[in-house]
Amino acid sequence: MHYRPEFEAGLHVCTGCNYHDRLTVTQRLELLLDDADAFQEVDADVLTTDPLEFSRPSGSYPDRVAKAQASTGRTEAVVCGVGHLQGRTIAIGIMEFGFIAGSMGGAVGERITRLFELAYDQRLPLIMVTASGGARQDEGVFALMQMAKTTAAAARLSEVGVPYISIMADPTLAGVTASFASVADVIIGEPGATVRFAGSRVVRGTVSRRAQAEDHTAEWVLNRGMIDMVVPRRDHRRTIGRLIEILAVDHASNDVLAADVAASSSG
Amino acid sequence: MIDFERDLDELRKRITELEADGDLDPASDEVRSLELLRLELEARTADIFSRLTPWQRVQLARHRDRPHTLDFIERMVDRFVELHGDRRYGDDMAIVGGVGTIDGRPVVVVGHQKGRGTRQNVERNFGMAHPEGYRKAVRLFELAERFGLPVITMLDTPGAGPALEDEERGQSWAIAESMASLARLETPVVVTVIGEGGSGGALAMGVGDRILMLEHAIYSVASPEAAASIVWRDAKFAERAAAALGLTSDALLEADLIDQIVAEPAGGAHRDYDGAALSLKAALLNVLEEVARIDTKDLVAARYAKFRAISAHIESPEREASQDVREAPQEIGCAR
Repeated sequence: MHYRPEFEAGLHVCTGCNYHDRLTVTQRLELLLDDADAFQEVDADVLTTDPLEFSRPSGSYPDRVAKAQASTGRTEAVVCGVGHLQGRTIAIGIMEFGFIAGSMGGAVGERITRLFELAYDQRLPLIMVTASGGARQDEGVFALMQMAKTTAAAARLSEVGVPYISIMADPTLAGVTASFASVADVIIGEPGATVRFAGSRVVRGTVSRRAQAEDHTAEWVLNRGMIDMVVPRRDHRRTIGRLIEILAVDHASNDVLAADVAASSSG
Repeated sequence: MIDFERDLDELRKRITELEADGDLDPASDEVRSLELLRLELEARTADIFSRLTPWQRVQLARHRDRPHTLDFIERMVDRFVELHGDRRYGDDMAIVGGVGTIDGRPVVVVGHQKGRGTRQNVERNFGMAHPEGYRKAVRLFELAERFGLPVITMLDTPGAGPALEDEERGQSWAIAESMASLARLETPVVVTVIGEGGSGGALAMGVGDRILMLEHAIYSVASPEAAASIVWRDAKFAERAAAALGLTSDALLEADLIDQIVAEPAGGAHRDYDGAALSLKAALLNVLEEVARIDTKDLVAARYAKFRAISAHIESPEREASQDVREAPQEIGCAR
């Protein structure tokens, strides 16, 4: 496979200006995991319904979902599963911006919540890569409530000392920025990624006086103290690997130790 | 005034005029027509309010005379002491909160606060909270937890502030942290949607054990104007968006997204603040009684389960369990 010469092989980063092009889920898995082929996806069969029987000028909601599935090869706007990063088993969720702007409806919220629960049950470090326009309007309050559901799952995970690392890719907006993505233990921004609360069309439609020209990038929110670092793509694996190595409590051996103690005290 | 209220207002004016006449002979024509007018007003009101469109509900929820959080607090909460500031940055006037008692029961109340008139609305940012508002709310939630007091939240906002200053101070983080705080709070939380439940700015204080909604309040993934901008790329399709979004109290109850509708006085809460507050207070007392009986740990688990259950998804029944990583435990991941 050949990449255009100005892009670093496999990273889709311009070597001249450090522009980070958007990645598909497959590209992201290849970037982050030891062996992308060994990634085990979970909940790919958790699919959206059409609770409001919603229709847009561009077509009915089920039609739009079907089109997105055909064009991305994914069944929803997030892909979740288990893989290895620097030899360690991790739970990982990656949003697919190409799937209805990576928007979060019931199925996306359900998959993300299950991933947090999988990380909780198996005490696996969790990585979430976000690229989303926010809540999916087509599902109304069902979509809105996924913000609460995923955030509650993240808050629950934070009580058991399992590291949760959030990578904000371009763009991370609205209902995703204002929920699970922002309550991580460590937040990494991709260079140049737009990170913002208000979605662009919402801003244009409802707020008349506002600094339109302001570029709400990862660097901008870093300077305002909202994220921990901006890390170029080529360093993601190394940075995350180190963070997990330091933060991840060795639950497996703790359990073994606890079992040993129990066994010796009862014997 | 909303257009569909105009006819009703004509009737009300005529009734007031007749009433102003003072001592009327009980057998007079004036008294008889006054009776008839009153009956007509009642019937017309019931008729109009029995078939309100979603957009009319939006108009009612935003009515300039609609009672706001402090109006309810004044009528429902005794010995209220307002507490100010987030102890970090400032005191957001778009969110108010404090301590008081309801029927002798100590509570913490936090709600969005809209203003009345231009000056107040500017001061309160039209009920669009800044990040420091949500951080004040979290501080009060934590105070409630420390003292074992139930929290009552009151939702009434077009949405969280979307301005540059709000982005600069971390609006997304403030909202997410407020939801996270409520999700794990070890004390009862009762949510009431009293006016406009606008998007994430409302949901930030919307995670609780019970969710009550006033009859003519709305709760939506985005304001109809914002949804119209997103879906139809033009805010002027707001009326259409309102119909499509399922944002009325009856639609939300039917979808199991709220627990209870609280009836409003005839003609809407803005016609009768005392009646609206009495109705909400009665509903709150019942619910507070109910949640007070639940053990705190069970309450937090049940709250998690409540939101966990909200979904709109299906999954294939022929899922092969053995293929799932959850069925076959991993070598749990420590390479060192």
